Amino acid sequence: MSNSTPIVTDNAWRRLSACTDARIGLGRAGISLPTREMLAFQLAHAQARDAVHLHLDTDRLMAELAALESPVLKHGPVYLESQATDRMTYLQRPDLGRRLSQRSCDRLDELGHTGDAPVDLALVVADGLSSYGVQKNTLPFLDALMNELGADANHWELAPIVVVSQGRVAIGDDIGHRLNARCVVVLIGERPGLSSPDSLGLYLTWGPRPGLTDASRNCISNIRPAGLKASAASQRLVYLLRESRRQQVSGVPLKDRSEDLVIEQGIENFLLR
Amino acid sequence: MYRFSLGDRRWQFRTLADLMAKATPARSGDRLAGIMAHTAEERVVAQMALAELPLKTFLNDALIPYEQDEVTRLILDDHDGAAFEPISHLTVGDFRNWLLSDLATPEMLARIRAGVTPEMAAAVCKIMRNQDLILVAAKCRVTTAFRSTIGLPGRMSTRLQPNHPTDDITGIAASILDGLLYGSGDAVLGINPATDNVAQSVRLLHLMDEVIRKYGIPTQSCVLTHVTNTLEAIEQKAPVDLVFQSIGGTEATNESFGFNLATLAEARDAALSLKRGTVGNNVMYFETGQGSALSADAHHGVDQQTCEARAYAVARKFDPLLVNTVVGFIGPEYLFDGKEITRAGLEDHFCGKLLGLPMGCDICYTNHAEADQNDMDNLLTLLGVAGCNFIMGIPGSDDIMLNYQTTSFHDALYLRRVLDKRPAPEFEQWLTKMQIFRDTEGKEPADGLPEAFRASLAHLPGERPDGELPDE
Repeated sequence: MSNSTPIVTDNAWRRLSACTDARIGLGRAGISLPTREMLAFQLAHAQARDAVHLHLDTDRLMAELAALESPVLKHGPVYLESQATDRMTYLQRPDLGRRLSQRSCDRLDELGHTGDAPVDLALVVADGLSSYGVQKNTLPFLDALMNELGADANHWELAPIVVVSQGRVAIGDDIGHRLNARCVVVLIGERPGLSSPDSLGLYLTWGPRPGLTDASRNCISNIRPAGLKASAASQRLVYLLRESRRQQVSGVPLKDRSEDLVIEQGIENFLLR
Repeated sequence: MYRFSLGDRRWQFRTLADLMAKATPARSGDRLAGIMAHTAEERVVAQMALAELPLKTFLNDALIPYEQDEVTRLILDDHDGAAFEPISHLTVGDFRNWLLSDLATPEMLARIRAGVTPEMAAAVCKIMRNQDLILVAAKCRVTTAFRSTIGLPGRMSTRLQPNHPTDDITGIAASILDGLLYGSGDAVLGINPATDNVAQSVRLLHLMDEVIRKYGIPTQSCVLTHVTNTLEAIEQKAPVDLVFQSIGGTEATNESFGFNLATLAEARDAALSLKRGTVGNNVMYFETGQGSALSADAHHGVDQQTCEARAYAVARKFDPLLVNTVVGFIGPEYLFDGKEITRAGLEDHFCGKLLGLPMGCDICYTNHAEADQNDMDNLLTLLGVAGCNFIMGIPGSDDIMLNYQTTSFHDALYLRRVLDKRPAPEFEQWLTKMQIFRDTEGKEPADGLPEAFRASLAHLPGERPDGELPDE
């Protein structure tokens, strides 16, 4: 082969990748993925796998939560576990990830009890499918949220923040119920994508009790530095919290009106020029 | 009660659904549902018992009662006795032998289609090995058409899937261009919208329609939104080629998806009335996947592979252009790892083809499944050998909207080369005419930017008019 014939064929339209995170214009070796692009993909997949399988550092998270200072926070954090004893069980048995272990039920009843009067809000942090997402975004988000709640016209009485390992979204229903909370918000690590291994999701449920379905929840997704910022997410959540409290509902009947718009973005369809 | 004796041991299976579930190769979804065989031996005994069952049993013993489920009613009411006649004397075990034998020619397989129920297909599938599923599927020919012809022998098409997390028009257009220049998109240009409402769907439909018309692309477009949204889009005079819907194999699953058979009939009539097809009139695009019935708590104790096959009865009723089993998307609680995903992909493709459907497969996995690109390479190659009608094509395998990995534009070219497959004939001619490919068989992409696309790119920031890359 002569030196002038490149082994890898570049794509003339590669510059378009500035317009999207999609892996376009990768070029080709023959008709296959060039080595550099192939390994970049393997790295992204490895990071996403690690996000699923590496344990949430609960000691560190508990210490960070204990150090969180806000006038709305009156109790220290509580650590709990679901009935899924390990990651492999967690991945195959979503039902177990939705239920607290007996020990955790006892502990919650003992420690987290807030008296006879209901509290306005219980916050639950669950590892879900991305320990990265929880580790990275929980504190920045809660900082923003505490500021918003502190400044809100409503008074917000909060239950102790709960951290739960091997937890799914619905475990918040049981926890909120046991804490006698009017409303529960679950912060959970979202299923990692290749370009977003570190994403946190929020699920709001009014009147939490065991047996509710996703139809009674509102979700805010993709909270991460390169996605929805912690401050913007906390503003949207407080909007939903106020509306939920006012209408005493959540889920399908509680519409986030900010989402009804058609998204108008991008330069235009350059293919039509 | 179904009984079986092996040596001095007697086995019992409570119902036909129980026997079918126990006979199913192991997978996490059936374990989650609590209906799986308790031991490896029990599974094979169930398969032996199933093999002795006459095919006629499935016409008399409905897995989900006729009175309770419109999918059961569809299956039994539409059963074609004349088509069934040549195989009516067979047991499930004999049916496997017959399918593998030289008696089952492509013509004969087409003749018996309407006589095979989803449950018969599911039952025989459970006693077939992977190579059996491949061999028989490769003999089943199913061809459909709209502006391109899909499923001809020696052809393999792709859905170009230019999804974007915010439906950004430039981002979507960039992925469409990338795909077209890699020879992808002859099955459909199909977008999963990030914002699922009618206004957004209409906007995306216009985007794709304008591109198809400007470049004269012999393909069709689809926005994968709810069937009722597409009906509204048609009422608003939007350029709808195909109607999309995710479907399941029980009435309750479909109810959880927000439609019934009447909704699909109405949508199909509406799409047909637009008369937008040029070489055919298949106007429906369905997606399915094992586990959806369990996920909707609507499985009636029936195993997930049988529920999936029943979804094909729903699809078959509406004469679709494309049926896509999205095999690894649902997650490890239904299909745990690469081995289970591979098996399910081959099962779905086989059952769909046997029932006469234009089967494609979204060969895919999520990051919490025990699977990787090597598993996808394997399933891609196996389905290529089995004659799968179409696969997905996405930039670099990474769907940045749905957060999962599926087959790439490169993957499709790999399969075409190693298995000597070609794109749909109309699209293949277009690729050559537009100088996107050097050859006439859709295997060798041209090196530079084809003339027809230069003007579009010339105006983009940082782009030189000749389309060459500026010096780095």
